[in-house]
Amino acid sequence: MAFSTSAQDAAITGLDSLELGQPQVTNGSARTARKAWTATWPKLLAIAIVLAAWQLFYAINFHGDTASGLVKGPATTLGNLASQLGHAQLWHAIEDTGRTALAGYLLALVIGTAIGAAVSRIPPLRAAVGSIISGLQTMPSIAWFPFAIILFGTSVSAILFVMVLGAAPSIANGLITGVDYTPPLLLRAGRTMGLRGIAMYWYLILPASLPAYLAGLKQGWAFAWRSLLAGELLVLIVGHVSLGVLLSTAQDNQDLSGAISVMIVILVFGIVVDMIFSKIDLAVRRRRGLLDPAAAT
Amino acid sequence: MQRRAAPAIPGAPPRRAPHDTAIKLTEVSKVYGKGAAAVLAVDRLSLTVAAGEFVCLIGASGCGKSTLLSMVAGLDTPTSGQVDTGGQRVAIMFQEPALFPWLTARKNVELAMRARNVPKAERARRAGELLDTVHLAEFADKRPHELSGGMRQRVALARALAHEADVLLMDEPFGALDAMTRDLLHDELDRICAERSLTVLFVTHNVREAARLGDRVVLLSSRPGRVIDEYQVPRTGPRRIDSVQVAELASKVTDRLREEMRRHGV
Repeated sequence: MAFSTSAQDAAITGLDSLELGQPQVTNGSARTARKAWTATWPKLLAIAIVLAAWQLFYAINFHGDTASGLVKGPATTLGNLASQLGHAQLWHAIEDTGRTALAGYLLALVIGTAIGAAVSRIPPLRAAVGSIISGLQTMPSIAWFPFAIILFGTSVSAILFVMVLGAAPSIANGLITGVDYTPPLLLRAGRTMGLRGIAMYWYLILPASLPAYLAGLKQGWAFAWRSLLAGELLVLIVGHVSLGVLLSTAQDNQDLSGAISVMIVILVFGIVVDMIFSKIDLAVRRRRGLLDPAAAT
Repeated sequence: MQRRAAPAIPGAPPRRAPHDTAIKLTEVSKVYGKGAAAVLAVDRLSLTVAAGEFVCLIGASGCGKSTLLSMVAGLDTPTSGQVDTGGQRVAIMFQEPALFPWLTARKNVELAMRARNVPKAERARRAGELLDTVHLAEFADKRPHELSGGMRQRVALARALAHEADVLLMDEPFGALDAMTRDLLHDELDRICAERSLTVLFVTHNVREAARLGDRVVLLSSRPGRVIDEYQVPRTGPRRIDSVQVAELASKVTDRLREEMRRHGV
């Protein structure tokens, strides 16, 4: 042979390392700290601005005005929140609401995924219920409560029912979208590999659908969470102390700072769950190279 | 580096006698659409490829090259005529690597074997070997987006080889790569095909590439596609894209191809 195999091997290996470039040299811990600070300071600033505006509004309008005792400044309200956090009642409420949230969401996850999988695979089923699923998504979940209360009475079941109706369509739609958007080239590659039926679905279509499915799961959570809080305010169950119940009690007692305290808890709860979803989404996109390398650092 | 035991010499004895037919297309036609909108993509095309032969199909746009490969791969059925691959296993490679982005290089190769129920340990061992064959052993655990275009296409080649196919269909597999990478991959493909005595049907619109790789270059007409000329390439030894022999054949083929294009310009 005119040229040796080992020379060819070396050429290929050399080209590979040229194409991939040098690994980045970075200072690990300093980098992590800088990253954390970059992510944190805008949030801290936003909170500071809100508190300052609140304090300003309060100082201009109500300071020294004993008649308007309902409105409290941020200091009083945050004090209220701090003292509530010291009592078991708020934590019980968080636990109660959290448990219902988890149960309702898991139920919606199972039902939504099953419906999405079936609808995406069975054309007549899609023709029949495809548009109904999208329609359900646009329906405000609170409109379901009278129906649910008549059907289930004032019970957790009524709340779960509405949560599922709110969240399952988003989850199903996410999966359907993912399946529809599976690149035809990958399907062709899968077919030439001999993937058929269930194997095709399991090894190719489902993993390919994951990003859209995750988006559906995230949206489904938002719907479930809203439905849950609406439910807890509307369906007051005897013996249950949930965040909704605390909010409702604050309303009855004209306790504005108490209401704001619970609202802050609800907000933080929502933010924390959202952060979890974002983390998962980011991890999936990073694995697939769907992140802009410049933005990902 | 470990190698398969097969001799890496072009012209080494193939698994079957050379006169064995690997692919036989008889009067194959393909029509897309119906009625007035019907398009005749391939017209009564006949072609025979011997076992172990490397045939390059070349033609201008609209010669139905990709349609032809799809039919040989069994992804598409001819409107009339017969496609016979004698029940051999057929693997196909596209211009895009079409790797699954959520799997590592190794898992991509393994998946091709999973579809055929190869046991797990065997899959892992074979995937490692195949990635070594395409010089990617150390990148086995990288995902496609972490690899360069040429490396991805080599993973795709390893995946195609994982089918244990006798026939490899390649649809402009190096079309999207830069010239330097393409040259190296030509050498790679030469070596691998010789080692495994593969039958290859290689579609390209790069005349030099066809002259560089093929044992035979088959020229197709455009709209509809049919065979208009054939060039046998004598196996005199290793070729390179800049060999005199390759250049001569390429210019002959180019002239014939231009003639065909002019026919459509009138």
